[in-house]
Amino acid sequence: MPSASTLQTVTQLSYLVAAALFILGLKRMSSPVTAVSGVRWAGAGMLLATLVTLAFIMGASPLNLALVIGAIAAGGILAWVSGKRVAMTNMPQMIALYNGMGGGAAAAIAAVELYRGSEHSITHLTIATIGGFIGSVSFSGSLIAFAKLQGLITKSVRFGGQKFLNLAILLVTVALGFVVVSGMDFGSSLGGLPAVSLFFAFAFLLGVAMTLPIGGADMPVVISLYNALTGLAVGFEGFVLDNAAMIIAGTVVGAAGTLLTQLMAKAMNRSLGNVLFSNFGESSAAGGGSVTGIQKAIEASDAGVMMAYSQKIIIVPGYGLAVAQAQHKVWELTQLLIDHGVKVRFAIHPVAGRMPGHMNVLLAEAGVPYDLISDLDEINAEFETADVALIIGANDVVNPDARANRASPIFGMPILNADKAKNVIVIKRGQGQGFSGIDNALFVLDQTRMLYGDAQAALSQLIQAVKAAG
Amino acid sequence: MIDGVIALYIFMLAAFTGYEVISRVPVILHTPLMSGSNFVHGIVLVGAMVALAAADSTLLRVIGVIGVFLAAGNAVGGYVVTERMLKMFVTAGRKKG
Repeated sequence: MPSASTLQTVTQLSYLVAAALFILGLKRMSSPVTAVSGVRWAGAGMLLATLVTLAFIMGASPLNLALVIGAIAAGGILAWVSGKRVAMTNMPQMIALYNGMGGGAAAAIAAVELYRGSEHSITHLTIATIGGFIGSVSFSGSLIAFAKLQGLITKSVRFGGQKFLNLAILLVTVALGFVVVSGMDFGSSLGGLPAVSLFFAFAFLLGVAMTLPIGGADMPVVISLYNALTGLAVGFEGFVLDNAAMIIAGTVVGAAGTLLTQLMAKAMNRSLGNVLFSNFGESSAAGGGSVTGIQKAIEASDAGVMMAYSQKIIIVPGYGLAVAQAQHKVWELTQLLIDHGVKVRFAIHPVAGRMPGHMNVLLAEAGVPYDLISDLDEINAEFETADVALIIGANDVVNPDARANRASPIFGMPILNADKAKNVIVIKRGQGQGFSGIDNALFVLDQTRMLYGDAQAALSQLIQAVKAAG
Repeated sequence: MIDGVIALYIFMLAAFTGYEVISRVPVILHTPLMSGSNFVHGIVLVGAMVALAAADSTLLRVIGVIGVFLAAGNAVGGYVVTERMLKMFVTAGRKKG
């Protein structure tokens, strides 16, 4: 039996190794070639840290040990099954859900430490409280984000004075946080269980109230923000528990997540404050009426012939492709066109779909090689030489109003210049507006033809038409 | 034990590391990387395990169990979805050659 201090040293060293594996893993995940090995390295680090921790707590009461193992098994199996089953198209909300769980866990650690009482220094109590606050907001906020993307909540709840109500909730939460910390330090009657419970209740409420008014188009940024916040909360609780692995991993994720959030907000030409505090979509009622003209429909057979005899086609996929699960169909069509001697490229807007890279993941699932896929900067100049721009279920990311119409709510957002192509074919379910509720000037241009229908069905018809043409 | 100033050093260095690691990432890997970093903060599991192991009342045990359950979900779910996504990039990459 090793002595307690030996075990302590072994544990600390294992945490160090785990932290190194996390960082190296994330580094490897940043290139497509090494990405899979990256997540496995990080996974090995996680396994090591968990097993060593299990050995470390072997001295605990049998009841607690049984609870630890039971809870790991329950949470782990549920997440394993749901993670294996979820469709690629629903990936963003699963990430939101798992992220919320991490935030909740950080909040739970804070709650245990705070309920346990005043065995900590005031610094530790303060940090535990801040971490608990951030974790709670991330927990409830992520659950709302999940519910919105899953379609459980379809309306964005907005009302007058909402910002003031949210500010009030924030202030009450912060005040309760002070009561919690000071109550414990000075043994005041205010502290203890009721204050701690109220503090967490208000922190959860804040996460809900903050997320409810945010529209679906902004959800990627919000999920990324909550991802960073969970990392930060984990880092703070790591400090409280004297756990270097948690401090390092949490802070690395906090910083990386913040950068990722900024990149996303920048891609939409909006500041983070704008995403969180402006009611996007509200102003479109004023600017939205500016698009005049009629949408001209086209039959799939005509569109197919046009494409089969083109030199160069650029495909712009959007959320409609994901909803219809049409990623395999689009690759089938692409292969067919390549056989016809057509040059086909995919143009991916940074925020196409519900998350940056969402479309890349879907196309990768279908087997599209990534050298056919270009991002905005690479491809935008090429639209002018393209015979056809095929828009599949994308809307706001190809709206030329973002370039030209100052009154448009998305003015200034970088877009794919699909309107510069000689012909534009838009596959769209109906004549409705995009996710942001803005009319699209592209749809009424002279060279634009609308192919109405579900992306899956429309692409099947196109495939038939191209086959018939060749 | 980690004291205040040392903790600040760790925070600072880890923050720079996180920033550096992610700053040269192609857009196509943003979602997998968000998922990967989501997995990494699943390390909260070890903290939740320690907290539950030391719980000495029913209230603390209940909160502790919730914490460990949620943390295990974060770690395992985060790993599964990240690996699934990244595997697709490997397949797609091979097909091109």
